[in-house]
Amino acid sequence: MTDGATDPAAAGSEAVADLLRRRGEQIAQRWADLPFFQTVFTVTRDEAVEAGHAVVDSLSAVAESGRVDDLEAVGFQPIREQLVAMTASRASSGLSTAQVDREVGALREAALELLEADTSRLGAEEVGEARVQLLTLFATLRVLVVDTMLQENQEIVLRQRQQLLEMATPVIKLWDRLVAVPLIGMLDSARSQVVMENLLEAIVEHKATIAILDITGVSTVDSLVAHHLMKTVASARLMGAECVISGIRPAIAQTIVQLGLDLGPVTTRASLADALEWALERRERKELPTRGNP
Amino acid sequence: MTSSPSTIPVLDLGGLLLVSIQGELPDESAIALQEDVTTAVANTGSRGLIIDISTLDMVDSFLARVLAEVAASSLLLAARTVLVGMRPAVAITLVELGLTLPGMDTARTVTEAAASFGVTIERTGRDAP
Repeated sequence: MTDGATDPAAAGSEAVADLLRRRGEQIAQRWADLPFFQTVFTVTRDEAVEAGHAVVDSLSAVAESGRVDDLEAVGFQPIREQLVAMTASRASSGLSTAQVDREVGALREAALELLEADTSRLGAEEVGEARVQLLTLFATLRVLVVDTMLQENQEIVLRQRQQLLEMATPVIKLWDRLVAVPLIGMLDSARSQVVMENLLEAIVEHKATIAILDITGVSTVDSLVAHHLMKTVASARLMGAECVISGIRPAIAQTIVQLGLDLGPVTTRASLADALEWALERRERKELPTRGNP
Repeated sequence: MTSSPSTIPVLDLGGLLLVSIQGELPDESAIALQEDVTTAVANTGSRGLIIDISTLDMVDSFLARVLAEVAASSLLLAARTVLVGMRPAVAITLVELGLTLPGMDTARTVTEAAASFGVTIERTGRDAP
């Protein structure tokens, strides 16, 4: 785009920018009645018109810069946040990404009609070029909307994953100097790391000498899960606390044996109740050491 | 072998030896400590050795090896070693490194370690039962 005046594409986008500037109010008014704006701004129509205006202004800025097919165009920046809010609102009312995309696609009709009505000011060739530019611009807008929605979704997934990590690993103080961790669901590397850290912190905090790892709620135990459990047990032992693994269902016991997993010197019990009994007995013995018995 | 004298005292508590490692331990000091402890165990004929590492933020593979060797050589002299007060971060690091120190016993506090030798350290003061 070295010579803007003679380049037909540049002339076309200039014409689009001009159209959007002059007819901005009209377009915004029409948009306010379309579902994409109408359903988001339900309080007053003026609000919808104002939002439409912001989008038109942004589009015209992009057209002026000649980067109608560029998602990163500076002109799009001001409306990104607004689009996030609008698409979130549409998505929360149960629309799929494709449906929102279709609603955004409907926006271009208003602008196209106004362009056709404007032909008196432009030559046929110029109108054709302007049409192409306008269509490209609206296609970019659609991609932008879809992109915002996907990014938003991804952030939600990340946030929820973090919440799940924090939520699913409570350490419970069962008795004086006795803590328990009920493990629930899948145990992957990230979660077992969090479990380990939480448990070790709890051992320090509650001065625990015995910790019960209850795997009643763990859906599957494979070699990786067993490895994580062993690591947790080993680090608790290094800190001076004993670990017992409880809640081993018959099916899981069979899996462990069939996989040939070696739980080594780890104490195991069938149920949490059994583990508690073992722990209390063990704790008593630790508290009342017999004198002169090294 | 000539080595600088260890700066870490080996305390004799009525037959139990207590070593408290504080601050960073340079490699030479670690080796010196190893010698001091083994000598002390041999001289006192002690049955128990308690090593307190509650102030250490970090235990590298070298120190872990020194500790394992101290435990192993003490065992040859009939003294059991109990490692005391390891911090969570240290425990995680050691396990990640595969150093689970299988030859040593562990305890949370010196009191508990002493109890495992049948020596009761009576609690006095405000928390006394």
